[in-house]
Amino acid sequence: MTLSSIKNTWLSNIRGDVLAGLVVALALIPEAIAFSIIAGVDPKVGLYASFSMAVVIAFAGGRPGMISAATGAMALVMVTLVKDHGLQYLLVATLLTGMLQIGAGLLKLGALMRFVSRSVVTGFVNALAILIFMAQLPELTHVGWQVYAMTAAGLAIIYGFPYITKAVPSPLVTIVVLTGVSIGLGLDIRTVGDMGELPDSLPVFLLPDVPLTLETLWTVLPYSATLAVVGLLESMMTASIVDELTDTASNKNRECVGQGVANIATGFIGGMAGCAMIGQSVINVKSGGRGRLSTLVAGVFLLILVVFLGPWVKQIPMAALVAVMIMVSIGTFSWDSVRKLRGHPPSSSIVMIATVVVTVSTHDLAKGVFVGVLLSGIFFAHKVGKVLRVDRSSEDEGRVRVYGVVGQVFFASSEAFLGAFDFKEVVPKVRIDVSLAHFWDITAVSALDKAVLKFRREGTEVEVMGMNEASTTLMDRFAIHDKPGAVEQLMH
Amino acid sequence: MNKVYACIDGLATTSAVIDWAAWSARRLSVPLELLHVLERPPELPHVGDYSGALGLGAQEVLLQQLSALDEQRGKLAQEAGRQILQNARDRASAAGVQQVDGRMRHGELVDTLLELEPDARLFVLGEHYHASSPRRIHLDHHVERVIRAVKRPVLVATADQFVAPERFVIAYDGSATARKTVDMVAASPLLQGLPALVAMVGADTPTAQNALQDARHILQGAGFAVETTLLPGEPEQALPDLLPSQGAALLVMGAYGHSRIRHLMVGSTTTTLLRLSTAPVLILR
Repeated sequence: MTLSSIKNTWLSNIRGDVLAGLVVALALIPEAIAFSIIAGVDPKVGLYASFSMAVVIAFAGGRPGMISAATGAMALVMVTLVKDHGLQYLLVATLLTGMLQIGAGLLKLGALMRFVSRSVVTGFVNALAILIFMAQLPELTHVGWQVYAMTAAGLAIIYGFPYITKAVPSPLVTIVVLTGVSIGLGLDIRTVGDMGELPDSLPVFLLPDVPLTLETLWTVLPYSATLAVVGLLESMMTASIVDELTDTASNKNRECVGQGVANIATGFIGGMAGCAMIGQSVINVKSGGRGRLSTLVAGVFLLILVVFLGPWVKQIPMAALVAVMIMVSIGTFSWDSVRKLRGHPPSSSIVMIATVVVTVSTHDLAKGVFVGVLLSGIFFAHKVGKVLRVDRSSEDEGRVRVYGVVGQVFFASSEAFLGAFDFKEVVPKVRIDVSLAHFWDITAVSALDKAVLKFRREGTEVEVMGMNEASTTLMDRFAIHDKPGAVEQLMH
Repeated sequence: MNKVYACIDGLATTSAVIDWAAWSARRLSVPLELLHVLERPPELPHVGDYSGALGLGAQEVLLQQLSALDEQRGKLAQEAGRQILQNARDRASAAGVQQVDGRMRHGELVDTLLELEPDARLFVLGEHYHASSPRRIHLDHHVERVIRAVKRPVLVATADQFVAPERFVIAYDGSATARKTVDMVAASPLLQGLPALVAMVGADTPTAQNALQDARHILQGAGFAVETTLLPGEPEQALPDLLPSQGAALLVMGAYGHSRIRHLMVGSTTTTLLRLSTAPVLILR
């Protein structure tokens, strides 16, 4: 890290970064409170987490201008942990999540993101949007008409106010107006204060109050592993979105380590695990934020606001938060993917929908992504397996049958490979030319052995040609592929 | 290793850079290539939307807005770059260089030069802060980064006008780097025929005198007319003071020898000399 790169990522855009940081801080407050409520902890846990995630990532992250805080994706994972074991175990899980993420960063696992296809990413984002929306429903059921009216008014302000001016964040206007109305009319509706404790002081360093036993470890490890995976997935996805928006590069492995460091810091000040946020990062870029300063300002300003405006934050009606979260959910959802559902290849659409369905039914983004990645792998193997052709010709006046195999032979195509031979034919000699084929795995080789054996049993003499060329692919020695012309040689 | 690269940006020193590059290319009898790097300005376009609201397809809409703004700016920069290159090519041809090429690249100046390095004999670039501030507290960080990064000689034009040098001054301290500098000068056709002044700063000791004599012999052996001088004081002060009395001179010196960390703490003679020199500076490695 050189002085000039510090200057570039911190000071090149001070005005834009500070303004965007303020906008983001204002938008983070309702989200942090809402996600704490989803996770089942006091709003202060999410607010402290958002502060420390944002501030630590500003220094440790690999993607300047990306916003990290308490997120819905992570909150959804920790619900049962909090319900069954309580807040202290969540803090331990947060620390462990950080350690796992640092490990992933040091092992350079960020590169594994290339196996997550575009369809899976879209499915993840859509599932997240749906889950955030569903999490608002408890606030909208069995309540008086006032709440519906307030929520509708909130949405109207959020989407209508930008037509009047874009200089003031419209979610903030919504919250101020609805809080004012609620206090002014003395409405008896739920407020943030009803949901739990708000921060009344700066966060302090504390150790989680749990027994340091193996049992504790086994309790939190499954949650931490899921949290680490979900956090890194959303962070990597958000980083590529910010990369694309700003047309600049990011350091994915540094971001992995940074997320880990931020989560450890968050765990020690009593915050819940967090990660990068797609919606907030888009808001940041839209408001002109580009550098690390924007993230830092967002975190610091958030804490100042919450600590000093605590009594006022208590008065915010839940209806205002619900309106903001519905906006976040709508903004996160990829409407493009629904519009193009028919236009895309069916396999991509199935992967996307499967990711959404599995995630929404299990409330676990990691499971959804796992299913999505698995399905895309299977579909891909299926497609490549079709790149196989077996030509037949005869020589020596029909006494020799020649099979020319061209294409990819592996587990997904070995059955088609076997099916191409006519074992019923009575012919003295068969020649199988595999010099233009690739044998990728053991299944392919055993399929060839099987074919040879079957012909021999019928009393046919079998000759296999070009096995050396074909099995170079089997040796898994990828070193030769680096040489110029190696790929062409493989492709013939 | 067969081209002179002139890094031009259309600002004040551009014409001097072209002239120096043309002068060097003719002396080295190698082709001249004019290079204009389109660097992305640190301040990216702003949409100016502080509403904080996310509508339908917020991400797609924002990407479209930002790329449209970038596209406009990119087109303007390309057009301006073409103009700059065309003018520069005309100027270099008029100065009598046979083979002049121009190219534009996106990216960082330093990265681009490192890519071109295997092909380069000499880089010529201009120093910017000279024109704007007489006190020159900072060295143009572009220049500094280039000098630190590239392994080929770099000629830094410090004035807006080119004046053909009548002599050159070698900043000499008897170190291995300095001797190598002298060897390189002796072996190169770039400065052939110009009288040399080998300037050393420090106490008048027999060691210093011997070192000066060594340099004199090497250069005389290569057919240079050589004078030597031993100045009292600190190099950062004495050398810049010496230069104005030498008329149209070129300062030649070796590049950074220090480690980066040490440089951060104690500063570097090379940087300071480059900053204070009124004469153009040729930096050798």
